[in-house]
Amino acid sequence: MIRIVSRAETSPLRGNILRIGAVFCAFAASAVIMLFIGYNPIEVFGKIIEGSLKSAYRFQETVNKAIPLVVLSLGIAIAFKMKFWNIGAEGQFYLGAFGASLAAFSFPSLPAILLLPLMFVSAFFFGGMWALVPALLKARFSASETLVTLMLNYIALKWISYLQYGPWKDPAAKGFPKIAPFGKNAILPDLFGIHIGWLIALILVVLMYILMKKTKLGYEIDVLGESEATARYAGMSVTRITVVAILISGGLCGIAGMMQASAIEHSLSDQLSGGLGFTAVITTWLARLSPPVIVIASFLFSMLLQGGNFLQSALKIPSSVAGILQGIIIFFVLGSEFFVRYRFVYSREAGK
Amino acid sequence: MTAIPYIELRNITKTFGTVKANRDVCLDVNRGEILALLGENGSGKSTLVNMLSGIYAPDSGSIFIDGKEQIFTSPKDAINAHIGMVHQHFKLIPVMTAEENISVGEKGGLFIDKKSIAEKIYQIERRFALVTNPDKKVYNMSVGEKQTVEILKVLYRGAHLLILDEPTAVLTPQETSQLFLILRKMKEEGCAIIIITHKLNEVMDISDRVTVLRRGMSVGTVRTSMTSPRELTEMMVGGPISLEIKRERTSRSGEPMLRVKDLSITDDEKVSLLDNVRFDLFGGEILGVAGIAGSGQKELCETIAGLMKADAGSITFLGEELLGLSPRTIIKKGISMSFIPEDRLGMGLVAGMDITDNILLKSYNLKKGLFVDRVEGALHAERIVAGYDISTPSVSHIVKKLSGGNIQKVLLGREIEMSPRLLITAYPVRGLDIGASCTIYDMLNEQKKKGVAILFIGEDLDVLRELSDRIMVIHNGKIMDIVNPETTSKEDIGLLMMGHAPEKSE
Repeated sequence: MIRIVSRAETSPLRGNILRIGAVFCAFAASAVIMLFIGYNPIEVFGKIIEGSLKSAYRFQETVNKAIPLVVLSLGIAIAFKMKFWNIGAEGQFYLGAFGASLAAFSFPSLPAILLLPLMFVSAFFFGGMWALVPALLKARFSASETLVTLMLNYIALKWISYLQYGPWKDPAAKGFPKIAPFGKNAILPDLFGIHIGWLIALILVVLMYILMKKTKLGYEIDVLGESEATARYAGMSVTRITVVAILISGGLCGIAGMMQASAIEHSLSDQLSGGLGFTAVITTWLARLSPPVIVIASFLFSMLLQGGNFLQSALKIPSSVAGILQGIIIFFVLGSEFFVRYRFVYSREAGK
Repeated sequence: MTAIPYIELRNITKTFGTVKANRDVCLDVNRGEILALLGENGSGKSTLVNMLSGIYAPDSGSIFIDGKEQIFTSPKDAINAHIGMVHQHFKLIPVMTAEENISVGEKGGLFIDKKSIAEKIYQIERRFALVTNPDKKVYNMSVGEKQTVEILKVLYRGAHLLILDEPTAVLTPQETSQLFLILRKMKEEGCAIIIITHKLNEVMDISDRVTVLRRGMSVGTVRTSMTSPRELTEMMVGGPISLEIKRERTSRSGEPMLRVKDLSITDDEKVSLLDNVRFDLFGGEILGVAGIAGSGQKELCETIAGLMKADAGSITFLGEELLGLSPRTIIKKGISMSFIPEDRLGMGLVAGMDITDNILLKSYNLKKGLFVDRVEGALHAERIVAGYDISTPSVSHIVKKLSGGNIQKVLLGREIEMSPRLLITAYPVRGLDIGASCTIYDMLNEQKKKGVAILFIGEDLDVLRELSDRIMVIHNGKIMDIVNPETTSKEDIGLLMMGHAPEKSE
């Protein structure tokens, strides 16, 4: 007889060992799948590492993918901390990119030192406002924020498509549906060969860590996430905390969009994200909302993304193999939570 | 007599992690006998009966039924062995009727034979003198009715041994005596009963024998007729202890601190939650509030604390109107509210946070600046831990991992350390054992001596009568009366709680 018993207490160490073990199990399980479909798993893993780290260019590409993931995850983490399930990072990302582009196109002659900060502010504002819509709907009509944020993603994406095919279509693109490229003054400079977004992302990690762990706001978000009744009981203003936290959440996602548009794409397009806003939900969750761990999780996931691209070009293995690996990792890590919380008891059989 | 007992537990040991919840516990009960299981919180009573009902499996030791060893691997095994348990928190489905709840989960074919179920329930009701309305939905039932349904459910499943975990904690005196009638009838019919309770007078009243547990070990078993409450208490705590709750004599303030006038609240469905509530509360007095659970106690507390809006009336504190003020402003005026709900954590504490963060809950904002001062918070938490004798490995221990008594001391300690002028406390001793309860009563009396006005919402009428200066009885959101505990009997208060005004000549 096997029974499932909930654990009275779990040490954090045990939990972490289980989670890391789950990642290894995921690699083992995907190795089996690869064998089954006829690839050599050692070669595939080797190529993923090679393709994401081996050579300065590939490393840069990996970091380029990690930067938006980190910033998006930070934005999602603060909302999740409050148990506000913001699945709308993708849409807030696009609205942020839109805000940045609006600034870039409105003041094309501003020097970079003024224009770039303006783009940041505008991206933060638009991303934050987009996130505030579901927050207000939730506060006013108890609408499920999970659904509303998810739906707003598509509206945001279609809004960008509309601009791209309509009013913002570049007449110089010879009929291609493209938005005109930014001027040089609207493009983030490089630092040590990679656009400066990596430094901004790391600074944001430190700031968010301090915000969540040390400040009154972080404490209030924590309490509110645990119980709204307690927050009200302690005299906290639930509305103020929600509004500020959601503005920060959406604003950060917006900043990720701005950096991607400015530094990578040099323009706005409806292909800008490629689903990063959804991948970031996963990295946030895997990092258990902790800003420093978000950096690690995001980097590992961009290795998978970048390595997957390399697989396709080097070995003619579809990049979706890396996608399978991603899926299996998530499956195992989420599954490991069960073992963190429960354990099996093998009880004596009757009569023995 | 050397007859084999009906149920016997022999040398049961159960460990959870590093904690030995039960160590070599022995217990036996015969047919037609009521055994009381007595012990402080954490002495292992619940663990023990959970093993008897198949929820846990013992690490070592054996369970015998009629001399034959039994091994339970699931609650189903225990049910098949005719052991039934009535839990403290009822496990009924609110939207179903009594009959549906009783027959739910029953084995059988594809179809439900309503007629035979009804017939079987009727037989049991007649045999044990139980009264239920089988077609009544559970959400329409009073606590007492729900409990009857729970008992009926267990009997329906064929239980010959009935285990009741603190069955009287939520009952009025009238409901309790009704329950005891049923238990005596069951005893006559040859059932065995194990009853867990904290209330010594009930132990003396209902049981034949008493088994006392202390720190996971059985201290001994005594015949009820040959023992006294004092002896039982000493067995429980391991030494002599004073059982009396003192009513401190203090002079109350001349002017009332809190004046509640014509306070009314109705909910969205126009159901009246508070109806023209009117009372005065003076400094240096404890005003007890008696009432069946859910009679408006929570609404009253929350309205004073600013968490709920009133439809009409006024609440003045030292002449100032409180209605319409924000909770934070009310806290700053020196009004503290602590409500211990059934799950003990509720809104006063954050279960997943450590002691320091919970101590900071109301004071984190008093200091200016962006940051929470956890260094000072930890020092303050350590003072409270030391001052109120809270047993915890450290102040960075997560609150929900503390035992119930310690959780409540954290909450009350924090509230008292805020030096309030008005202390509202609801069910502060909920589920606590005698020792811990006395500490809390002392804490309240201490505050009363300092001139604090205390609104004490309680559930145990004996305690309310001993501790309070006046008792306000609430029924369905209405104040039935405010009585003098020294001249009013428990039964009269019980009647008021049920909404019957005793005949009185003005």
